[in-house]
Amino acid sequence: MVNVFIERENKTTNIKAKTAKQIMEILKINPETVLIVKNNELILSDDLLKDDDELRFLNVISGG
Amino acid sequence: MPCKNCLQKPVIKLTNSNIQLCKQHFIKYFEKKVLNIINNYKLIEKGDRIGVAISGGKDSLTVLNILNMLRNKTKKFEIEAIAIDEGIKGYRDKTLENAKKICKENNIKLHIFSYKDEFGDTLDNFLKKINMKACSICGPFRRYLLNKKSKELDFSKLATGHNLDDEAQTIMMNYFRRNIETSARLGPITGIVNDKRFIRRIKPLYFMTQKETATYAFLKNLSVEFNECPYSNESYRGDVMKMLNNFEAKYPGTKNSIITSFLEILPLLHKHYKDYTPINNCKICNEPCSQEICQTCKIVESLKKVKNV
Repeated sequence: MVNVFIERENKTTNIKAKTAKQIMEILKINPETVLIVKNNELILSDDLLKDDDELRFLNVISGG
Repeated sequence: MPCKNCLQKPVIKLTNSNIQLCKQHFIKYFEKKVLNIINNYKLIEKGDRIGVAISGGKDSLTVLNILNMLRNKTKKFEIEAIAIDEGIKGYRDKTLENAKKICKENNIKLHIFSYKDEFGDTLDNFLKKINMKACSICGPFRRYLLNKKSKELDFSKLATGHNLDDEAQTIMMNYFRRNIETSARLGPITGIVNDKRFIRRIKPLYFMTQKETATYAFLKNLSVEFNECPYSNESYRGDVMKMLNNFEAKYPGTKNSIITSFLEILPLLHKHYKDYTPINNCKICNEPCSQEICQTCKIVESLKKVKNV
């Protein structure tokens, strides 16, 4: 299970997935709208994840 | 797969290509691309006194960061920062704290102007009194203040953090709402003809996507907190943004194409609209406008009427 914090919604959820790409498909998040951060570093949507990894999906959309 | 240019771990895959770049090479790519935009479109000239419009968010602080670097390197122009405080609680107060911090760290003079001082109250309070969409008040007010104050501060140009996504949205919005004349004033440097009553606005991030800019800001620690205007969900622009993002995810390169197509027709739009709309001076405030009374003064009058009821 991967722990995911979605900044825009201020919500945390646990998902079973191998990549952030899969997580975004499950949560219906458009990859254009987020940066994926693991351990304070940016990762790609295809990077393989491990059990208990903690991800943050940071919001890309700016201002009003 | 490692970075295209070295063996380091990639942090981003560029839109519409398979190129992956590490932190160092992405920063280099981003800064080089912005400098190319500045040079190709002659956004900055020697001796310019540039006002950088900042909100404290990712895009404007990215522009400030790069222009500051360029200023320090070439010493050919000046920069100062200008910010507008609309009075949006929980949002603007937070981003302005960030803006102040970054300006202080980089020794950049920051001028802040508020709706409260200039128009009598905060946006939050105005919206409690009048049944108008937030952006319909805020847009005209902010542009009005940026134009007026930039002239008072003697800036030769105003730099904004508008990026590729912003411009693509605006182009489509104008198209959908039969506002082609407004589009004639868009571009990497705004305005159809050089009119001293309008400060010329430059957009150094013109070809940078929202996501690339956010990536740069993250890597450079420019903006640490999520900050989306609480009123932005109500907006037409929010809907257009969602539409374009969905399209881009399915058909990568769409946003870029909107911009490059637009730039092809922009010279024709300039030619067509050169003498189209006479620009008068508002009878109340003397600022430039296309009618007798400018949009800002119209809104201020409406707000005054509501107050007196």
